[in-house]
Amino acid sequence: MRTTGLFYALAALFALCAPWLGIYPVFMMQLLCFAMFACAYNLLLGFGRMLSFGHAAFFGSAAYATSWLVTSHAWGPAAAILAGIMVSAVLGVAIGALAIRRQGIYFAMITLALAQLVYFVCLEAPFTGGENGLQGVPRGSLLGVLPLKADLAMYYLVLAIFFAVFVFIRRVVHSPFGQVLKAIRDNESRAVSLGYEISRYKLVAFVLSAALAGLAGSLKALVLGFVTLADVQQSTSGEVVLMTLLGGTGTFFGPIVGAAVVVTLQQYLSDIVGGWVTAIIGAVFVACVLSFRRGIVGELAALRLRHFLS
Amino acid sequence: MSEIFGIPVAVIPGQLMLGLVNGSFYALLSLGLAVIFGLMGVVNFAHGAFYTLGAFAALLGLQWFGINYWAALLLAPLAVGLLGIVVERLFLRGLHRLDPLYGLLMTFGLALIAEGSLHQVFGSSGQSYPVPEALAGAIDLGFMILPLYRAWVIIASVVVCFGTWFVIERTRLGATLRAATENAPLLQAFGVNVPRLVAATYGGGVALAALAGVLAAPVVLVNSHMGTSLVIVVFAVVVIGGMGSILGSIVSGLALGVVEGFTKVIYPEASNIVVFIIMALVLILRPAGLFGKE
Repeated sequence: MRTTGLFYALAALFALCAPWLGIYPVFMMQLLCFAMFACAYNLLLGFGRMLSFGHAAFFGSAAYATSWLVTSHAWGPAAAILAGIMVSAVLGVAIGALAIRRQGIYFAMITLALAQLVYFVCLEAPFTGGENGLQGVPRGSLLGVLPLKADLAMYYLVLAIFFAVFVFIRRVVHSPFGQVLKAIRDNESRAVSLGYEISRYKLVAFVLSAALAGLAGSLKALVLGFVTLADVQQSTSGEVVLMTLLGGTGTFFGPIVGAAVVVTLQQYLSDIVGGWVTAIIGAVFVACVLSFRRGIVGELAALRLRHFLS
Repeated sequence: MSEIFGIPVAVIPGQLMLGLVNGSFYALLSLGLAVIFGLMGVVNFAHGAFYTLGAFAALLGLQWFGINYWAALLLAPLAVGLLGIVVERLFLRGLHRLDPLYGLLMTFGLALIAEGSLHQVFGSSGQSYPVPEALAGAIDLGFMILPLYRAWVIIASVVVCFGTWFVIERTRLGATLRAATENAPLLQAFGVNVPRLVAATYGGGVALAALAGVLAAPVVLVNSHMGTSLVIVVFAVVVIGGMGSILGSIVSGLALGVVEGFTKVIYPEASNIVVFIIMALVLILRPAGLFGKE
């Protein structure tokens, strides 16, 4: 336990100092947004064992809502982010309520299909800019006081929100609600026979995950200043699954590691291998499922446990 | 009366044709998915990639070796089916005892590898495949112009679909297959080589997808992402039909193709999403699917 605490402290220190270590802040912010997205996703997959294949719908729709409100209606960033979260939460209620009617692989197919519906809506709706997306989204200033145009100010805002989300997810998982969710994950029929109304727990978990994914999407839109169809596309849904799986499902730190690896790979690998990135991501998926299903953090934890026991 | 539901009567047969063509592809793909799922419990996310591979096999066979359409119709599914058997042995067999979600993730990764590589090698612009000479042109039936190739696609897929249904439901081989679906260890105890049967089934299922790819090659542009969005619609079709039933997947595939075709006339904006909306309605009214048992 003590080493875990030390590890968290070091990670937090690194994140606080990152802009002074010569790491490009926009890259760090992008990484944090995807890490937040993966943590939100992990709440659903890791602790609720619901494999959603359509999480880009929440990430992207919030990004579109925030960008549209900021560019066309001159909303401030705080209000626009909140609106983005609202949009993804409402969408989460709609998609979640349908998807939890089935389990396992059907759940995956239903979320995938409904996310594709959201994608087509974003493609054809009048306010999303079609194939071009929305460009030149201004960051504005937070509550009219703190201008976010400078990367450093934006970085610390994103970091603060990320910390808050991370702590929140830990809190949720350790709460009575989270324990019931885990009980449902481990043995659904037992949870039913204990008298829990499991569909309500599943839906709440789904909506929480969708709303946090939306927060990540809204922030990403403000950080980069644009939103495109790629943010609602199936490939983005696949990426977040990969990040979570690669880092370790059901661990707190895993999704962050997974997101860091995938975002770094995409950023630097595309310079070296060009268009082969998709195929390489596919190969990482295959390698993950074949040889380290617990993910990087999960395997390390298992290794330590074995060491501890012997 | 020259209009029904606001559709000019004259366009109805043509639209029905177009819908049935798409429906044929849905039927072939969802049939393969259903057979694979029934026996292996794996949702084959790579199904769209195998469809794409079928189309590419036909195209490259023609460009590199001059293999004509009719030979490709046989050879491409055969080649892709063999590839499927190899894939099953190397990547899927080990996942047999795990949570079915791992099979889904594995096949998703395989699809990314296949589609990413095709994209990198052949670019993103599509290539067209010539319509075979014997089926070029159209005949005038009086009430409509019937393009021969489209008629051929519908007839061929319906024959193949019902042929598959017949093999599974009415032959000894099919009985063995259904027995393996019910209780594989018991069947193995009777001396049937179940692992080989599973590999052959996966090969057969993806060969159906490849056949759909070859049939589609002359009517769509052959490119690396032709299967990506198609397979998502097919998943919705499978959720609507319920994966338990072979006949159900054939019928719902064809029917949804027709519904989609007519939506294109009545309200074009919704034609891409109508299948997903129907899926949502079916989930509300009959969660197990129209032909599913639960």
